[in-house]
Order: sequence, then structure tokens, then C-alpha cells
Amino acid sequence: MGPIFALFAVIALVLVAFVGAGVANLHFLFGVVIPYAAFAIFIVGFIYRVLIWWGSSPVPFCITTTCGQQETLPWIKQSKLENPSSTSGVIGRMALEVLLFRSLFRNLKTQMVEGTKLVYGEAKWLWLAALAFHWSFLVIVVRHLRFFIQNIPAPLKAIEGLDSFLQVGAPLLYISDAVILLAVTYLFLRRVFIPQVKYISLAADYFALFLILSIAGTGVLMRYFLKVDVVGVKELAMGLIGFNPVEAKKMQEIGVLFYIHLFLVSSLLMYFPFSKLVHMGGVFLSPTRNMTANSRMKRHINPWNYPVHVHTYEEYENDFREKMKGAGIPVEKE
Amino acid sequence: MAKFTAKPDELSKIDFTPPRTRWMETPVEIREHMFCHAAKPKELDVVGFPNGHEWRPQDEDWKLPENWERMLLEKMSDLLGKYRSFKVFMDICVRCGACADKCHFFIGTGDPKNMPVLRAELMRSVYRKNFTAAGKILRKIAGARDLTVNVLKEWWYYFYQCTECRRCSVFCPYGIDQAEITMMGRELTNLLGLNIGWIAGPVAACYMKGNHLGLEPHTITSSVEFFLDDIETITGIRINPSFNRKGAEILFVTPSGDLFANPGTYTAMGYLMLFHELGLDYTWSTYASEGGNFGFFTTNEMAKRLNSKIYAEAKRLGVKWVLGGECGHMWRVLHQYMDTWNGPADFLEVPKSPITGTVFENAKSTKMVHITEFTADLIKNGKLKLDPSRNDHLKVTFHDSCNTARGMGIFEEPRYVIKNVCKHFYEMPEDTIREKTFCCGSGTGLNASENMELRLRGGFARANAVRFVHEHYGVNMLANVCAIDRATLSTSMDYWVPGVGVTGVHELVGNALIMKGEKERTIDLRMEPLPGKEGAQ
Ligand code: HEM
Ligand code: SF4
Ligand code: SF4
Repeated sequence: MGPIFALFAVIALVLVAFVGAGVANLHFLFGVVIPYAAFAIFIVGFIYRVLIWWGSSPVPFCITTTCGQQETLPWIKQSKLENPSSTSGVIGRMALEVLLFRSLFRNLKTQMVEGTKLVYGEAKWLWLAALAFHWSFLVIVVRHLRFFIQNIPAPLKAIEGLDSFLQVGAPLLYISDAVILLAVTYLFLRRVFIPQVKYISLAADYFALFLILSIAGTGVLMRYFLKVDVVGVKELAMGLIGFNPVEAKKMQEIGVLFYIHLFLVSSLLMYFPFSKLVHMGGVFLSPTRNMTANSRMKRHINPWNYPVHVHTYEEYENDFREKMKGAGIPVEKE
Repeated sequence: MAKFTAKPDELSKIDFTPPRTRWMETPVEIREHMFCHAAKPKELDVVGFPNGHEWRPQDEDWKLPENWERMLLEKMSDLLGKYRSFKVFMDICVRCGACADKCHFFIGTGDPKNMPVLRAELMRSVYRKNFTAAGKILRKIAGARDLTVNVLKEWWYYFYQCTECRRCSVFCPYGIDQAEITMMGRELTNLLGLNIGWIAGPVAACYMKGNHLGLEPHTITSSVEFFLDDIETITGIRINPSFNRKGAEILFVTPSGDLFANPGTYTAMGYLMLFHELGLDYTWSTYASEGGNFGFFTTNEMAKRLNSKIYAEAKRLGVKWVLGGECGHMWRVLHQYMDTWNGPADFLEVPKSPITGTVFENAKSTKMVHITEFTADLIKNGKLKLDPSRNDHLKVTFHDSCNTARGMGIFEEPRYVIKNVCKHFYEMPEDTIREKTFCCGSGTGLNASENMELRLRGGFARANAVRFVHEHYGVNMLANVCAIDRATLSTSMDYWVPGVGVTGVHELVGNALIMKGEKERTIDLRMEPLPGKEGAQ
């Protein structure tokens, strides 16, 4: 059910754009209005999620998950990245998490062999595919900046050069394009073929993958196979960021595939703040990872800490005074 | 309830194939031997917990208060407002499944709702329905569902099948910590009086009497008296510890379990011998006679109420700092919560070992030092005379407790101590120790007897690793720094790996410690002959 539903949802999105831009000629809607709206929803929604929804709740306790030796006696070597007691350690830990998916790298496969023996095997494919997908996604996003900048700066050119260093095909094949398609396909296949992962997957999980796959797919089609008017696309993009949209005639010349691509991207942007994709922000805010493990060195303040009822020593002594005296335990009141 | 009789080879046949029906359509089945008895209303009343009532988990009708859905959702909203972790963990899981096979309860039961990610989804589905736009509009498609009695039962069943061990959190790419979600779940069930007796009883006892076991002051001193007799028999030395003594330099706090049952009692004897040998100016307290904190398994507020006694007593007695014994969840609480709840402890001094002069900078705010930090420092500075050959009959491995591992990171200190007091030490496989350690299977107050199947299944992964070193190196002793472990691992070993005993680290220290003026030792702290001294008695 999940994957089928998600697939139809993405197909529906493609059809909407196809009919809207290709048949009904609503180029202004699909080329200008929806992209602006999507971008606004993305920005406002994401800021709301991070600053208002998450940000309004405090972090009452220092709940670092410690994954290495604590800071202790000077002759015991601390694991400064896995159990960081300083800010620089936390920055290092977070950098490893965000850039290299450190925790996912720990992944193991728990297996039962010979009936009753548990063994733990390497399981790095998820990590590899996740890293490949995210990095190629990032490279692709960065490469798209060329549409929004008149004179392409050198670093951007360098990235494009690196990405196409294989020098195959015409136009030159970008490695990130191949990688993202492969990686996302793998991520989809494991959802279907690993029974446990299949069992936990929601329609939303397939939807995100299909949407990304369709974006990458339409992009690849445009670049390598069904060429669209790239100069026209750049004019449209420049018009968008300059708040000076190009005229309708130019928009019509670009080709419907582009509008499908753009509509899918807009859908992703609009979907983003309301879905699990907010993990992009959440990964930075996860208290088990971003907190300094120095809770015995520095008092962590809980803003809603409030006084509580306790059973005082006095009450305790009142309950047990005679027994305490009998046992030779000193008391406050004889 | 029928007695639990399944044999190890039956229990270790675990079926990992998920059911055919999707999890939301698979109703919870409250299975015998997998859950704990309900709390008695009077235990809840003692501490003022709401809605205590008579009910039984296996019954159809849980006699819930009217309006319970409203109460729960309001409380959930309150908790979301108090804990960013709760909100973030509800929102960001991508269901990658990296945590799935990391939970000892999933490994031991094969029940998919014991995968940390699904345990969280039980709660997340209700969160989506009530607190997110997508869930309100798209409902089931977005993974949202209504809060119903069956959902509540499912929460209860599975949140009392999680030991808050945080192993899942180590593997999750965002550090999503199911322990945090289980804590919220337990706050919620607690609100409706749906606590379990094995937790509520100790909480009530601890509140009124100072410790989980409900030992009254004179019982504490007389228990210790028994240990002193045994120590005298073993070493010829009579020790004279003090209780509630004002003006002592150090207050010593340890879990009450160590005063009560074997093998924890031997660890307590180890402490007494060590402190005596050092001439330490310290005192026990009968008021703050519990290091552990079962309140932590009910509500955050209750945990704080129980914990408050430690600083209050330190202040009343005028000690300089606090030394803490071997315990797991006790140290999670002391390390990550105590100072925030009940600090600042500005009436205490930064802990300094009176023997070595070492200042424990890592405890400079909380002012509470872990006993293995203290002992490791003593050994490193050559302050102890040790004869490790007295532990020669032992082949030892070390179990990192979940809480001291993933909520503190105390890995080397206990190992250093062990390696100095025993000659034969073997590590379990790498993926089952340190931050990847497995739970004993009975933490967070799940160490009752009516849920024995759950406990043994939960303990299976740990036991499996012990069996490995038992078979390969002949390991016969499982050391640990946790009072719950000492009780629960003994049960687990007897079932899964007979022939392996369980010991606290300071029992090993007590055995190896050469004390001034002691007679030639022929027996160990368990009153069993020392290696090579079998005929001496
Ligand atoms: C700071 C930025 C980000 C970090 C650190 C990050 C990290 C991760 C990690 C560790 C996973 C789990 C592995 C996996 O299932 O692939 C994941 C999954 C995922 N991420 Fe990200 N991510 C980030 C941004 C993004 C962005 C911008 C998108 C795209 C819109 C995205 C889309 C996804 C998707 C769709 C999945 C699920 C893949 C699956 O279904 O298996 N992420 N992310
Ligand atoms: S590892 Fe983390 S993100 Fe992945 S399924 Fe588990 S909780 Fe969700
Ligand atoms: S905290 Fe431990 S017991 Fe609970 S879900 Fe995670 S791994 Fe399982």
C-alpha cells in the first residue's frame, strides 16, 4: 500500500504540472507563482519548525549520549569527540555527525547463527548510500546556483569541473547525477526488501524517495536526453530572483519537462517543513548529540525547575527516633 | 498465573518475521510473563501520585478515570512544552531502521514493536494526529492515529518493555533516544494510575524510609553488623563504621540493594574494608540510604523528590563531598540530573581524595565522585597493597551498565581497578561492551518475578556475549558496577550461562586488599576457600 500510494501521489504531481503548463498554458502560475509560494512556505515553515516549535521548548537536562570515555583522572585518556566535555569537542562531534553521519557508521547487523548464537556483522551499505545520496544532493543544489548568478564564480566552476571530471558523454556526465539515482534507488529497494525496514515504513517514507527520484530523473532527462532551452531557464531563474519575471512568450519556449521538474521541486519545498525532512534542522538540535558532557563540572540550568515536596530529615527522624536511638544512631532531638 | 517454565532452548528460538498485518492494525496482546503487576493504590497514595486504582493489566477494563484521553493529551502537550528532546524526537525520525536490531528486547523477542523506532512510532502516531497539521489532515497516510484504549494499552505494554538503556540512541544518526520517549510514556501512564507495583512499592518505601527496600535505620545498622562479623571472620579485623555522623569529611551513598542480597552484599563488604584500610573519615546515612532512584522510572518530579535527600543530608551532616557506590541508573541520575534538580551544592567543596590529594575536577560542581574513580586513583598512586592472586580462581569479564556507559562514559576506571585486583581478565566481543553494551534486560524497575520471560529474553543478548567468553576463555565471573545488575544478571546467568557468577568490582577489591594487621586469609568474601587454601580450614 505505502509505496503504491506514494507512487501515485508523485505521478499525480507530474500530471498536474504536465496539464497545467503543457496543456492549459499556465506558465505564469507554474513558473512564477508556485515557485515563489513554495519558497515562502519552505522558509516560513522551516523557521517556524526550528525556532518556534522546537525553539520554544527548553532543554531541561544535560542528556548527552556518551559514546566514549568521560573526562576523568588526568592519566585516563578521554574520548574527546565521543564524550565531549568542551565546546570544541561538541563542534567536532556535530561536524562528524552532519558531514559524515558518524553514528550511522556504527551500524551493525545483528544475526542469529547456529540457532542460538548472536553475531554482529558489518553493515555499512546504509551509511554509504545515505552519504552518497546527501552529498550528491548537496552538490546538485550548489550546481544549480549557476542559474541564479550572472557571472559564475570560480568555486562553482571548480565544483562543476570536479563533478564532471570523468569527461564522458556530451554534455559531460555529472557524477552526482548518477550517484543520486543509484543511491536513492538503493534506499528505496532496502525499504522494500528488508522485512523490518518494510514493516516500519510509512507512505511518507516512500513519497520522499519517489519525489526526490522524480526530481533527479526529470533533471537528468532534461540535461542528457530531451534537451530544454537552458538559456531560457536561466533567464527565468534570474527573473525570479530579481523579482522581475520574464514575459510569457519566453516562458512558453522552455518546454513542459522543465515545468514538471520545477513543480516537483516546489512540491518538495512545500512538503519539507511538514515532514520528516526537517531532520536537516533537527540533527543540529538533538540534545543527545549537541550537549557538552560536563554535567558534573558545570551545573546545567532547567528553566522550569520548581520546588517539590520532599520527605525531610526532620519528618524521618520523627518517624524513627526511638529506633535510631536504640541502634546507636545520633539524632537531632533527644 | 501459571509458573514460567520455558527452557533456554525454547526461549532462544526467536522468530524475526514481522506479522502479516501492519503494525497499526495489529492489536496489542498483553502476554503472561511479559508484564509486571499493577501498582497498589496505597503505594501511589503515599507519594501523592494521581488516580491510583485497582486494576489488572490482563483485564479488558482498566477502570480508567473518565476523561482520560483529555488528561493524557493535555499532559502530552505539557511535556512537549517542557522537553525539546520530545518534540525533536517526535519530528525527525526518518525510519531508516538503523536502531531496529539494536534493542535487546527486539533481539530477544523478535516482536517488531520492540524495535526502538516502532516503540517510538506508537507515541509518534498519536503526536501526529493531535499536534501536527499533516497528521490532522492526512491522518493514516501521514502515520497518524487516534488515542484509544487499545493504543493506551499498547503504550503501557511496550513502555514497560523498554529499560531506557539508550543503546538505540548510540546508533541513531540523530541520536534519537527512545529512553527519553519511554520516560514521557511513563509520565503519561503514571498520570492515570497505571504504574507497576515493582516500581511504585520501592518509590513509596524510598520516600518514607530512605531506601527502596524500606530498610529502617536499625535494620540498616544490623545488616552492616552482619557484614562486619563476616569481615572479622575473614580478616580478623573488626571494623567500626559510623552512621549519620556529623562532621565526617565524606558522605557515602550506595544503592540499598547492596545491603540486602547476595552478591551485592559482598560488594558492600568490599567498600567497608577499603574505607577502613584507608582510615577514611566518612559516614553512611540512614536517611539518604539510597543511591538508586526508582522515581526516575515514574515521573521526573518524583525522581527529584527522592534525589533531594542526598544533598539535604550532606548539608545537615556538614560533610565536604559525597562518594557514590556502584550502581547504574543511580549514576545516570547523579551525573546528568542531580545538580540541575537539587543543586547548586555550594555548601560542599570540590572533592579531593584525602589519601592521594587528587582533586576530582570532573566533579567540581556536583561534588559527587564515583567509587571506581576514587579507587582507580588510589591504585594509580600506589596507596593500596593488593594481592591479585587471591582472585586467581576467577576468570573475569566486565559488563558495562547501560547508564554508566551511555549516560556517563565511565569505561576505563572500572577496568583499571579490575586489572589491578585480578590477573585473568577477558573482554566480551567489542560490539557488546562499552557504549555498545547490552542491558541486563531488567533495568528501569522491570526486575520483578512475574515478568520473568521478558527479563530472560531481554537478557539474552548480554548472556550470549558472556557465553562466548565463557566458552572461549573459561570466564566464570561477570563483574559489573551496578546493584541491579548484581541481582538480575545472576538470574540471567543461571538460566543462560550456568557456571558464571556475578560480582561487584569492590568485592574483587576487598578480596585482593591486603589490610594492616589482617590474619592470613584462607577464605574470600563469600566464605569460600581462596585458591591454594582449599584445605586450610
Ligand atoms: C544537514 C543536513 C542533513 C543531514 C545531516 C542529513 C542526514 C540524514 C541521515 C543520517 C539519514 C539517514 C540515512 C538514510 O536513510 O538515508 C537521512 C535520511 C534522509 N534524508 Fe537527510 N540529511 C540532511 C538533509 C537532507 C535534505 C536537504 C534532504 C532532501 C530534501 C534529505 C532527505 C533525506 C531523505 C529522503 C532521507 C530518507 C532516506 C530513506 O528513505 O532511506 N536530507 N538524512
Ligand atoms: S535510527 Fe533514528 S532515524 Fe533511524 S529509524 Fe531509528 S530512530 Fe528513526
Ligand atoms: S532504550 Fe534500550 S530498551 Fe529502550 S528501545 Fe532503546 S535499546 Fe530498546
